[in-house]
Amino acid sequence: MVNQPDPQNKETSEWQGVIDNPWRRLRQFTDARIGLGRSGVSLPTRELLEFQLAHAQARDAVHTPLDFATLTSALEKLAQEFSILNKERPALVHSQADDRLVYLQRPDLGRRLSEDSRQVLIKKQQTPEKPFDLTIVIADGLSATAIAENALPFIRALAQGMAQENDNISLAPITLVEQGRVAIGDDVGELLNARAVLVMIGERPGLSSPDSLGLYLTWAPQRGLTDDKRNCISNVRKAGLSYTEAVRKLLYLLHEARRLQCSGVAIKDRSDDSVIGNSSGQTSFLITSGGQG
Amino acid sequence: MSKTYRYTLGSRQWEFSSLKELMARATPARSGDRLAGVIARSAEERAVAQMALAEVPLKDFLNEALIPYEDDEVTRLIMDDHNSMAFAPISHLTVGDFRNWLLSDHADSAMLARVRDGITPEMAAAVSKIMRNQDLILVAQKCRVTTAFRNTIGLPQRLSTRLQPNHPTDDMNGIAASILDGLLYGSGDAVIGINPATDNVAQATRLMKLMDEVISTYEIPTQSCVLTHVTNTMECMENGAPVDLVFQSIGGTEATNSSFGFNLNTLAEAQQMALELKRGSVGNNVMYFETGQGSALSANAHHGVDQQTCEARAYAVARKFNPLLVNTVVGFIGPEYLFDGKEIIRAGLEDHFCGKLLGVPMGCDVCYTNHAEADQNDMDNLLTLLSAAGCSFVMGIPGSDDIMLNYQTTSFHDALYVRRVLGLGASPEFEAWLEKMQIMSDAANARLTDALPPAFASSLKSLPVGNHDAEQKHG
Repeated sequence: MVNQPDPQNKETSEWQGVIDNPWRRLRQFTDARIGLGRSGVSLPTRELLEFQLAHAQARDAVHTPLDFATLTSALEKLAQEFSILNKERPALVHSQADDRLVYLQRPDLGRRLSEDSRQVLIKKQQTPEKPFDLTIVIADGLSATAIAENALPFIRALAQGMAQENDNISLAPITLVEQGRVAIGDDVGELLNARAVLVMIGERPGLSSPDSLGLYLTWAPQRGLTDDKRNCISNVRKAGLSYTEAVRKLLYLLHEARRLQCSGVAIKDRSDDSVIGNSSGQTSFLITSGGQG
Repeated sequence: MSKTYRYTLGSRQWEFSSLKELMARATPARSGDRLAGVIARSAEERAVAQMALAEVPLKDFLNEALIPYEDDEVTRLIMDDHNSMAFAPISHLTVGDFRNWLLSDHADSAMLARVRDGITPEMAAAVSKIMRNQDLILVAQKCRVTTAFRNTIGLPQRLSTRLQPNHPTDDMNGIAASILDGLLYGSGDAVIGINPATDNVAQATRLMKLMDEVISTYEIPTQSCVLTHVTNTMECMENGAPVDLVFQSIGGTEATNSSFGFNLNTLAEAQQMALELKRGSVGNNVMYFETGQGSALSANAHHGVDQQTCEARAYAVARKFNPLLVNTVVGFIGPEYLFDGKEIIRAGLEDHFCGKLLGVPMGCDVCYTNHAEADQNDMDNLLTLLSAAGCSFVMGIPGSDDIMLNYQTTSFHDALYVRRVLGLGASPEFEAWLEKMQIMSDAANARLTDALPPAFASSLKSLPVGNHDAEQKHG
């Protein structure tokens, strides 16, 4: 009797490897993890390990302490390049959240300055006779990576933008906050007698964006303000919103805040009105090119 | 009004100043209750509170509102809609006996359906606090909640998926790419639901049209939803946009809901408008709600009630409007409410149990953020446990990575894994479609075809060959 190959048997005995998805090329339209392929119904090894790496980077962004010493000296050096920047050495202060574990579970403590830090800023407060127009606060937030990678180039772009606008804005010394949330800028701004505060903070890291910087502008900062009093610019990073775009938006908001003497929902970000509506088409490749074939 | 609950253990007497406090102290530990300052102050206090809670008659929950009737329309809804006929078979029980009753063979699916309208969210929350994870799974699995629009969701041994094709700029082709990926992995029978990046009426309408065209072109037995504010969707309907399901995030207190910008009348009006569109083919469940422990506290609207009880009260809001889907987005809110994988898993099982016991078509966004102490293994655990418990649906997203909302939820692959392991099908109408389109050769066993399904091949053929083609070759 001739041994006929059994197709069923062949399928199980000769493994064909991972099944690729030909629609992976649709990644030209999105950063979503489409077309990953499969082994059976499971993720191929390569895709599994790539995911683990991205998650590890996001976790590290949350848990690695920010190197404030390096940032401080880099900021001091930058202040020598731009006359608009305050020459005073940045102050390093701390929230009431003692460590990362407390910080993650008690957002209320991350929003308030520790008593020692308040005293540090109260001493500084006596220096200026008239209020500063803007104070910049840099807080680690949920991503030290975001600050380490973006804080310096963003402030450089901001200083360039302000120099071009020639607005004569007076800047307070920069304040660096350890274990800080956005609202801690209210404490700092109030103590430093600033008309407005810009908080630069590491945003909650996404799997594909562990390095996202958030910008929050608040007019007339004082303790107890709610989030509707702030304007936010999000996703500032190399692969996201560019520094120059972010500066353009921020200077627009700052200009409006100074004109209207307020910030938050009262100011609409109309800096991109011209873009809305024509950024992408009204339909998709799924309809235009086919349908039921 | 509120009375003091006492429990004597040995020579020590413990006191709880109200039912609300007793419930909070009896709750398994989680960071949100700690943040709110209502958590048990010691492990012993929690265990004692559970013993004291077990002795509370279910009837007490009808006499002592945790949030005053006069102050809160959700309390009024719960009290006014309570069905005493349905309550009769369990009206003599304490919370502790209620657990025994639920686990007993006497409480079969028919009996659980019979008493459903006699159970208040507070009763469900109370009993859940003295149940172990396996109890929550076993009882939920006996509860049957079936809903329908263009397909049927919640049948025994079925697990549906919401296809969630989010894109950070709502790019039409980007969204379509994720929809195609999902469909070709057999996802999307619960709903194709987009969280818009730009949240306004014009954008919602564009996205509704996109999904409506895909669903009608490929004759998919499913429904679409843009997860925008209920008032936006109402405006879309007034303008004639193709609205299948009306979405809203809901909470368990009136103050939470007003912080979300709606009240019960708004939902009633929206439901009525959607029903009048008559777009469902096999059913009329037109609402899609999302919930999640911690939302009331986050809106500072919790009245000192623990977060799990607030969450269960949201299901009273949901069941009033006969939703197709209710989704507890369990790990999205962050570690200040649910700290780690253990707390997220417990909360997911509690929410699913309470929802099903109250008659809500409960699904779960099995998810976590990168600042929570959780990872993919925790999600595998919760997905498997919920699927064993008969969860109605889970999310489906390319490679677990939501690039718009920046969190991780279950992938298309994950759903197929659990369907294979537990022998679960998709909704029957959708399964038939998957086979008709040659996406699956054997849908009952979650077996995908290896070749590209012909109906979708032509859409791909006309596309330019991008740089990413090189990536395919890794094998």
